[in-house]
Amino acid sequence: MGWFTRKKENISPASKKSDLPDGQWQKCEECGEIIHTKQLESNLWCCAKCNYHFRIGSDQYISFLFDAGSFRESNKKMRSGDPLQFVDTKKYSERITATIKKSGLNDAVKTGMGKIDGKKISFACMDFNFIGGSMGSVVGEKIARAIDAAYEEKIPMIIISQSGGARMMEGALSLMQLAKTSSRLARLAEAKLPFISILTDPTTGGVTASFAMLGDIIIAEPKALIGFAGPRVIKQTIGKDLPEGFQRSEFLLENGFIDFIVSRKEMKEKLSRLIEYLT
Amino acid sequence: MAKNVLDFEKPIIALEKKIEEMRRLEGDLDISTEIKNLEEKVLQLRKNIYDNLTRWQRVQLARHPERPYTLDYIYMMTENFIELHGDRLFGDDHAIVAGLAKLDQHKVMIIGQQKGRDTKSNLFRNFGMSNPEGYRKALRLMKLAEKFKIPVITMLDTPGAYPGLEAEKRGQAEAIARNLFEMSRLRVPIIVTIIGEGASGGALGIGVGDRILMLQNTWYSVISPESCSSILWRSWEYKEQAAEALKLTAEDLLEQGIVDRIIPEPLGGAHKDHQLMVSTLKAILKEELEALLKLKTEKLVQNRLEKFARMGVYVE
Repeated sequence: MGWFTRKKENISPASKKSDLPDGQWQKCEECGEIIHTKQLESNLWCCAKCNYHFRIGSDQYISFLFDAGSFRESNKKMRSGDPLQFVDTKKYSERITATIKKSGLNDAVKTGMGKIDGKKISFACMDFNFIGGSMGSVVGEKIARAIDAAYEEKIPMIIISQSGGARMMEGALSLMQLAKTSSRLARLAEAKLPFISILTDPTTGGVTASFAMLGDIIIAEPKALIGFAGPRVIKQTIGKDLPEGFQRSEFLLENGFIDFIVSRKEMKEKLSRLIEYLT
Repeated sequence: MAKNVLDFEKPIIALEKKIEEMRRLEGDLDISTEIKNLEEKVLQLRKNIYDNLTRWQRVQLARHPERPYTLDYIYMMTENFIELHGDRLFGDDHAIVAGLAKLDQHKVMIIGQQKGRDTKSNLFRNFGMSNPEGYRKALRLMKLAEKFKIPVITMLDTPGAYPGLEAEKRGQAEAIARNLFEMSRLRVPIIVTIIGEGASGGALGIGVGDRILMLQNTWYSVISPESCSSILWRSWEYKEQAAEALKLTAEDLLEQGIVDRIIPEPLGGAHKDHQLMVSTLKAILKEELEALLKLKTEKLVQNRLEKFARMGVYVE
């Protein structure tokens, strides 16, 4: 037998390959657990091992929050009008077209009405997949109309936020969506109709500085990044590293800015109970 | 040469110096026609330059350190100003000043963002960047104004809300959001004027009102050209392009239906003639205020809601 012949059988590469077959398996960003997509889905896209909440889109939230088949989407076709003819390294209009094609969404929010345990709700849910969930004219208008629908039908309003903030490519018009959505919420509040705001990872900038922070009840998913300025900007300003857990849901809870943290699996039940109290 | 001279102002200042020199020589020689010619040339040059400013040059003018600031307007156009301090919760924010004043016969609550003029006063004013306390002080005083039926005048001039650790901890976002919510239903007239920089949510935090006025050489947008450049171009070098792309001047915002009226500035900018600038703004504020005071409260608040409802461009 040659001296170079391998005797031990248990030699294997030091690290597992992470390039998994597309769509079959996903890796938990928090603990590294490899989870089958089917299993992940049945666990509402949370890691079974560490409860890390994977980022999901509006369709998924609608699928587990609303009574089966009860959700009706509105203003589905509304799209950005590119009011500034904005160009950076790419034309905004092209960015929009490409994102629509890639994401299957027309903009960064889905709105409509549905039932939670038989109770009618006006609902808006943002999508981070669409230009970082940024709010331009379409997001502002669709949310404003959803709030109006709650006002007219005298039903509760629920918004799930997931956004990097206002959309730069629509300039000051994006900024004005903060005022537009907040003023509609103010009218809803005068009519004594409840608004529940749910914050998911991430909720920052102009979205936090408007409707997201205006809920009668504000709840957040665990460990979501929530703040006004982004961590990078703050770090630059103060010239120091940020403390562990800064701007996470638990930090906001501790500082008094949210009512409680909710695990995705309990979200529907908690919402249902809150609605019962507030209506 | 005077400090604080912007690049595009230099040719004008060079010519002005020349005229000055010629005047000194005038005693010995008859050069009055030459001087007159040169003076006309300066005027022409001035008009040429200021009629053709790029958006980035407008941003520079809006930041000119000799422009009148909120307190200058307050002292020069109102009487009996009493400054009021504190949010009754945490502290007093020096980046926002507020108080009661008389604008001729009208009682008003004036609230504005305040920058400093030198290092010391800039540190005191935090460069016009407020913390949550500033927004909460503004809100407290707006509610006070509502209680006593006093109209509110706000002045926007900030490079942004302060992006600090403590500001986040005390709820910067919540403070701004709360102001938008409350201002949209406040039962007294609110007139908003952008007097310098209107940077994003930090400016809008005291910027919801019935009439939005904008001085000619100011900017108002969702982000500063520098930050926009750093995010979209991944470099600080594209601020000129970013300013163009953001369409952030008074003319742009009038066209976008966000501001109601542009307030003309003295030739060369507000910093060239404080007195003229202040008297122009004062006359317009009075005119706007008197028009708003004629409206019934319900109508006023309904109009305000509809005003912001109209803002936005989309395709259905």
